Amino acid sequence: MTRISLEDVEHVARLARLDLSAAEKERMRKELDGILSYIDKLRAIDTSGVEPTAHAVPVTNVMRDDTECPSLPQEDMLANAPDRHGELFRVPKIIEE
Amino acid sequence: MGTLASLTAHELAARYRRGEAVPTEAVTEYLARIDALDPQVRAFLTVTREDALRRAAEADARFRSGAPRGPLDGVPIALKDVLCTRGIRSTCGSKILERFVPPYDATVVARLFAAGAILLGKLNMDEFAMGSSTEHSAFFTTHNPWDLARVPGGSSGGAAAAVAADMAALTLGTDTGGSIRQPAAFSGVLGLKPTYGRVSRYGLIAFASSLDQVGPFAKDVEDAALMLQAIAGADPMDSTSIDVPVPDYRAGLAEGIEGLRLGVPAEYFIDGMDPEVERAVRTAIATLEGLGARTEPVSLPHTEYGLAAYYVIAPAEASSNLARYDGVKYGLRAGGARDLIDMYSKTRAAGFGTEVKRRVMLGTYVLSAGYYDAYYGQAQKMRTPGVAFKMGEKEDPLQMYLNDIFTIPVNLAGLPGVSIPGGFTQTGLPIGLQLIGRAFDEALLLRAAHAYQQVTTWHTRKPPLEPAPR
Repeated sequence: MTRISLEDVEHVARLARLDLSAAEKERMRKELDGILSYIDKLRAIDTSGVEPTAHAVPVTNVMRDDTECPSLPQEDMLANAPDRHGELFRVPKIIEE
Repeated sequence: MGTLASLTAHELAARYRRGEAVPTEAVTEYLARIDALDPQVRAFLTVTREDALRRAAEADARFRSGAPRGPLDGVPIALKDVLCTRGIRSTCGSKILERFVPPYDATVVARLFAAGAILLGKLNMDEFAMGSSTEHSAFFTTHNPWDLARVPGGSSGGAAAAVAADMAALTLGTDTGGSIRQPAAFSGVLGLKPTYGRVSRYGLIAFASSLDQVGPFAKDVEDAALMLQAIAGADPMDSTSIDVPVPDYRAGLAEGIEGLRLGVPAEYFIDGMDPEVERAVRTAIATLEGLGARTEPVSLPHTEYGLAAYYVIAPAEASSNLARYDGVKYGLRAGGARDLIDMYSKTRAAGFGTEVKRRVMLGTYVLSAGYYDAYYGQAQKMRTPGVAFKMGEKEDPLQMYLNDIFTIPVNLAGLPGVSIPGGFTQTGLPIGLQLIGRAFDEALLLRAAHAYQQVTTWHTRKPPLEPAPR
């Protein structure tokens, strides 16, 4: 049974911001279909009344004192930028002209 | 070849303390071994030669002045390239981070440097730790030191192979779904995944944040205890690290396992299991019984569903974590984009390999509108211990997932697990023995592994590696 269409793949690729070639899309459709068929065994299990587990060990909000401490230097944080303009990260245009 | 590189870390440290060797000698020998053997093994993505020699000279001075820092001072180590190292590129095995030079050290790295450990370099891995062989590294595949035609396991394959080949005394890897224990088994070394929350994840490049954990590869249990000692404990920079007291791991090793109860899960002995592996594991169980442990058959009925739950949870978290690779603040940026969204999409298409794209797609799908409850919500419920459910029809286990089936439940449950050398096949390949412990009781796990290593010699065997002829 095919549960994933090419349109599904294109929709998910758009959400994931992945520019896939036509061949990649078809391959992804087949592979996701196979993996989801395997994962589907989970859907047959009755989990009504079971609380979901986000973390296996108890994790709670951790508060720290609201005290100032040094941040990493700005120049260090900009050093890996693919494109920068002075103290700014430069990106392609966002707003239509 | 010299002899210092063949020693365990604690043996090397003992030589330093007795004044029979200095760190520069060990580091020089290790670097020479990397030069001679790594062209075949290919464990290292980056060798930090000058840094290592500089740190070694500093450690020499500390020993000369009679003020060494502790048991890891001057010990040559290497790190999986998923861990951030300040000023040293950290690729995560990906093209998208090929030239990324972190501005800070991961907490585990800072702690090892503070302990005096000397970094030899950064180790190969499957891209973003997604894989079980290093074949998904964007750069090259690491070879198994026991048989160069085989993989070392993964994703921490470089970290396992480097210890196996005596190219580092100790290494750190990470384990999200078996990525320490499986390569340890393949490569014939010890690999320990601590309890989730035991070790800080700050500066560990995230894959699946509710599963990822850092842990050591070592030549023996005592070395693993030393490494865990150095990295364990709560960290204000990782609010999922847990403030549980850290015991003295080495102190308790020799206490033995008289009266210890060991459960042997029926589900871990499945049809299709390699008979040599089964024989080795059964023999190891008898050995542990001979040391005073009592064994009982137990059932872990969730085992069958662990893999399916993992393949929802891990890709879902990965798709979210990897959203940060957008070509803006660091990493690769693809050219020729029409606008910002197009730049994101082209950058990620160019920077991610096939396996990463597959998992990002799968994760995005299971989190997307209409599917969240059916997949991610359901998988989270499957993580909850003690769920009562009907066993479905027994499906044929997928051969290629066998290792994952036995390692993944430990991650989902957050438990500590260790793989130790437990024998060899007729053809000379290592067999791993996995022990799983209680949450935050790595000490007991190490004690049991240590007791086993006191009466076995598998961990002392070395792979038959020779420098390639010129």
